[in-house]
Amino acid sequence: MRTIEQTTDEILALAAQHFKVPRASLSANDDFFKKLGIDSLQALEMLTRIENHFSIELPDYEMQGVSDFKTLAGRIQARL
Amino acid sequence: MNSFTGNSLSWTVRDSVVELELHRAPANEIGTEMLGELEQFANALDTFSREASAVIIHSTLPAGFSAGADLRELYRTALPLDTAARLAGIREFLHRVHAVMNAIDDSPLTTIAAVNGVCFGGGFELALACDLIIADKMARFCFPELRLGLIPGFGGIPRLKRDLGNAVVRDLLLTGRSMNAQKGGAVGLASQVTGEGEALRVARATAAQVTRFDRATSAAAKRFLKPIPHEELRREIDLFCELFTRPAVMEGLRKFVESTDALPYLP
Repeated sequence: MRTIEQTTDEILALAAQHFKVPRASLSANDDFFKKLGIDSLQALEMLTRIENHFSIELPDYEMQGVSDFKTLAGRIQARL
Repeated sequence: MNSFTGNSLSWTVRDSVVELELHRAPANEIGTEMLGELEQFANALDTFSREASAVIIHSTLPAGFSAGADLRELYRTALPLDTAARLAGIREFLHRVHAVMNAIDDSPLTTIAAVNGVCFGGGFELALACDLIIADKMARFCFPELRLGLIPGFGGIPRLKRDLGNAVVRDLLLTGRSMNAQKGGAVGLASQVTGEGEALRVARATAAQVTRFDRATSAAAKRFLKPIPHEELRREIDLFCELFTRPAVMEGLRKFVESTDALPYLP
């Protein structure tokens, strides 16, 4: 079982790879919409990437109101 | 016509396979222009059936297969009209869409949707008119219509119910959530799930396999297996029109069109 820290770290790595930004430029408390400058469709891409990586389903309504990696990690952790 | 190049889509016929590519930026929204070109495609299906065995429908846009109906056009067209004119306009539009979807659904050719990225609403309904869905692992399927106070209007509910059953329809429709390709494969929506960027290649390999069979036999098998749910499709149009006249729908469309939210596609 992953720890929340491990889950957060994997999300940050996935986001960095998907949006082609340096991993070191992202941190857990970042607002990913602002930090990555992404729109709703790109957010869905990230959600798909996360679901595939963790082999989970995260209904998109659970993303509503979530804008930082740390909270997102908590949502994912609850489904692992 | 062995090839066609339009503003929203193009097609070619090669080696007994018709490839229809959707290329209307930003995300293949289905408005009157794309519908007009889809009607040309539907009209050509009879001709294709004399020289081809399979059809592949795919998108050349990275955003995905299709984000669905062009809601901005729908809103701007409906806004200046009174209720009766709005209703008449949407009913006519839906009848035209259904004629296209039914022509694809009913075609004697084996039809394959190669799906990448978003496959939402009317785009999902176009994919559902096909015999097989081959999904890129980054594809997502969704019926977001309830967010606007509507139901899917392009034939999606009867077709998904026919193919997968009522429970899957309820899950997608009543929650508005999107489903990834893996889940789509698990429930039988997608016949194959591919690696990223591989859906078209796999669809071409599948179409090549289809061309090995006798066309008449494939067409007979399809007719036997895939009846068109005409009565439910008619009721869907009636229900959509009934819902469309409510003020909440225009308000929902206005909010969507004017939205600057980061997540307008999410409930």
